[in-house]
This record gives sequence, structure tokens and C-alpha cells, in this order.
Amino acid sequence: MRAKNIADFGLPIELVEPHAPVVLFDKVWLQFDEKVILRDVTFSVRAGHTKIFLGASGAGKSTILKLMLGLLKPDAGTVWVLGHRVDTMNETQLMGVRHHMGMVFQEGALFDSFSVGENVGYKLYEETDMPNDEVRRRVEEVLGFVGLGEHIDKPPSALSGGQRRRVAIARAMAARPKLLLYDEPTTGLDPMTSLTIDAEIIKLRDLEQVTSVLVTHQLRDAFYVATQEARRNGAGEVELIPAAREKVEQADFVMIKEGRVHFEGTAEELRHSKDPYLQTFLS
Amino acid sequence: MSEAPQKSGWFIEWVKSALLEVQEYFRLCAAAIRGAFSRPFYAHDLMEQIDVIGLGSLTVVLLTGFFTGAVLALQSGMTLDQFGARPFVGRLISASMIKELGPVLTALMLAGRVGSGIAAELGSMVVTEQIAALRALGTDPMRKLVVPRVLAGFIMCPILTVVANTVGMLGGWIIAVTQLRVSSGVYWTSVVEGLFIEDVWMGLIKPFFLGFVIVTIGCHVGLRTSGGTQGVGRATTNAVVAASVVVLVVDFFVTRLLISILF
Repeated sequence: MRAKNIADFGLPIELVEPHAPVVLFDKVWLQFDEKVILRDVTFSVRAGHTKIFLGASGAGKSTILKLMLGLLKPDAGTVWVLGHRVDTMNETQLMGVRHHMGMVFQEGALFDSFSVGENVGYKLYEETDMPNDEVRRRVEEVLGFVGLGEHIDKPPSALSGGQRRRVAIARAMAARPKLLLYDEPTTGLDPMTSLTIDAEIIKLRDLEQVTSVLVTHQLRDAFYVATQEARRNGAGEVELIPAAREKVEQADFVMIKEGRVHFEGTAEELRHSKDPYLQTFLS
Repeated sequence: MSEAPQKSGWFIEWVKSALLEVQEYFRLCAAAIRGAFSRPFYAHDLMEQIDVIGLGSLTVVLLTGFFTGAVLALQSGMTLDQFGARPFVGRLISASMIKELGPVLTALMLAGRVGSGIAAELGSMVVTEQIAALRALGTDPMRKLVVPRVLAGFIMCPILTVVANTVGMLGGWIIAVTQLRVSSGVYWTSVVEGLFIEDVWMGLIKPFFLGFVIVTIGCHVGLRTSGGTQGVGRATTNAVVAASVVVLVVDFFVTRLLISILF
């Protein structure tokens, strides 16, 4: 296999040091016509950590993910992702950065005309030189990881809402990204299905060492992802356990209110905040 | 007093949005042309689109061409009778079909079938975030979706036009022989006599332009869809209306250009 490298897109290779910021937003402003979406947003995401964006609908949370992917450009400020300043890159250069990122869209955004297996292996089939039988093996592996191995040849329309989200997660992780972005992955799902999605996010973060950025307004899911940890037991099975203090502190919460960063801190700090807006949101 | 500025404000906004659409359309055309001559190139998507646009449109083009030729023979037979010129019916059909009716009617059929299909498909992909997902997965939608469709339209429109012309003349022949009592030999001699090489060139060159505009309009309208499923419906209608009108406009200007070059 020869997976594409950032250098293939004419970009310098700037390796991200361990625990160096994988994502850095510096005084980012964005507005559509007269409406200001983001105001002076600054934050960073460290390698291996989890960043959880909370906020009411329309607060600008999903926009932040689109800015990270380069799907939108800020009106002011800078956006760094994986050591590259994405706000000044053209589409061809962005393809190089996106090659090391994965995104799970709100409704899954699976390709209707492809089977589940083709959806999951899309990036490897289309954008790498990996032989088809190797891609197939990788697809089976990641579908097995999310517990949907038997659905490989089905069309996405034959799956339930929760299963489609898990296929979307499998698609995002198939090419072994360094950074995974989740846009409200549990919205509209029942609590039990939401837990299975949360478990996939935790497994990916802890077992595959993927830096995660999660946008949600589901508090229960946010706290679950921040406070649980995945590990393999002696039999090689994956189990979820309450996270160690150090792990919990690697999950940062950011509350976005009317396009501004209203709060940034750990789960503990969020729970004990006296801010009236946060208390209303948490109640 | 206050209505006049409101009206002029609305008009200025309309002009600005129309200019923006035109600018975005030409940007898409330029990107599609650039994409056709650079890598990555999705060859299997091109073959798939040739199948969808070309073979998929064959039935409608065959029927349109055949019945256009047949009705042209019926109508022109009656008119030509007034001058005792019935044996020249083949000349009239070949000239009309190859120079004008074949390219334009084929293009209008494609605008209805292909333009709407492309706008609906791409529009649905936009509203369900599949286009954003493609970009997130490192694929340029312009190269993956637009370039194969534009090339397929560009290649298949002239081929379908030749098919329409051929079956049109066959339709005319059946009517000429069975209804107008013109012998086969006279009909086909007249068909050949009515054609000049310049006419054939004109009939072959025009469909390239028409195929290009139909597909690029379908792609442009589809990719700029907004407003959910209602928006997809609106995009589909707009694509058919815009492509049909532009086909007639482009046909006029290309014909004018070719006349000045060929004749």
C-alpha cells in the first residue's frame, strides 16, 4: 500500500510533536452576510486529547468543525490543523491535510449509491493505491470494530439510524486518521443507541490513539465520553471502565454561546461552575 | 416616494445575484475543463456516466428522432405538393434534421432527462451533506462528480444526435414511401443531394456545445442547491428550464458563428 502523504500534495511535512496542539484556532471570526457566526474564538486541541464543544443549536459548534476541515474559511484569525495553516490553503492542498482527518456527519452522510463496505472503504479505494483485497480486509476489520461486520454488502438504506452512524464512524476511521471530528453523532438517537456510539468514540480514542473533537448538545453523551475509558482485558475483549483522573483531565469542554467561547475547562470545572448560563444548560 | 428606492434596491439585489450565478457557472465550467486535463481522473465514473447519459437516453432519442422525421415528411409532403415538388421531400428532411432539428431536439430531450437527473442527484447529495463528506474524505467533488458528467455529455450528445438524425431520416423514408408514394430510390437520392459537407459539419459541431451546456447547467444548479428536499425539487425544475432556454440561445449563436466560418 502507498497511502498518500501530505508531501504528495505539495505541502511541507511538519510532524506534530507528542502533545503539541493538533488543532489551533487563533482569534477566529466568521460571518455570513450580516450574521456573525463566530466571534474571536481561540482554543487548541492537543494530540490524544478530546475536545467537546457544547452549546445550543445555532451557536456555531458545527461551523468550527467545518473550519477545521477547510470546508469554510474564516473572515479573520488563523486556523492550524496538523501543523498546517488551513485557512490560507487551496482545495488541492487541503486534500492533503484532510487525508489525515476523519469526520462523522450529523446524519452519517453515507453515499446512497454505494454498499456499506464501499462507503467504509471509499477513501482507500479511491484515494490510495492499496490493492482491493487489502482494502476489503481493512473494511471488514473496521466494520468488526463497530460491530457491523455482517452488514458489509447491504445498502445504507437497509440499516437503522444508529447503525448508519456507526458505519459513518467506521468510514471515518478506515484510513487511520490522526484527528477525528464528530458532528452531533448521537442527535436523534435513543439513549441505548447513543451509548453504543459513545462507546465507539471512546474505543477509537483510547485503543487507536485518535485525537477527537466532539460537537454535541447531549450532555449525557459528552460526560460519558469524558469520564469513561476503553481498555482490553486479559481475554483481549474491549471493556469500558471509569477513566483515571489523568484521562478525565485530557477531555476539555468548551461552551459556545452566540459564537463566543463562554467556558473552557474540564468536566469537573464545568459541573461546579457557578455561571448562570452553564447552570441553566446543565440543569 | 418610499416605493421607488425599495424597487430599485430589489432590482440591484436581483442583478447582483444573477451576476453571481453567472460568475459561479463560468467558474464551474473552467474547473471542469481544468479537471478534464489533470489528475486525478476518475475513469470508471466517466464510463458509468457514458452509460447513464448515453445508453440511458437512447430510447427517448430514438423515439424523438423517428417521429420528428415522420411528421416532417407528412407536413412537408403536403406543402411540396402545391409546387409539384413531392420528390424533394428527402432533401427537406435531411437538411432540416441534420442542420437543426436533430441537434436541437436531441439537446432538449437531454436537458429534460439528463439535466434534471444531474441536478436532482447532486442537489440531494448537497442537502444530505454527501458532498461535504466527499470533501472531508479527500475527494474533490468537481473531479469526482462534475468532470465525468461533463465529459460524458460532451461525448454522447453528438453521438445521440447522429442516431436521432439517422432514425429521423428513416422515419421520413417510411412516410415518404407509404403515405406520399415516393419511391425509395428517389427519396434517398434526394436526401443525399440535399446535404452539403458544411451542413454535416454544422450538425456535428453544434451538439458538442449543447451537450456541454446541458450538463454544466445541471451540475451548477445541483451543487448550489439549498433548502432541503424542497430545494432539490426547485433545483431540478430550474435546471430543466435554464438548460432548455440556453440550448436554444447557444444553438442560435453557434449556428451564426458556424455560418460565418463554414459558408
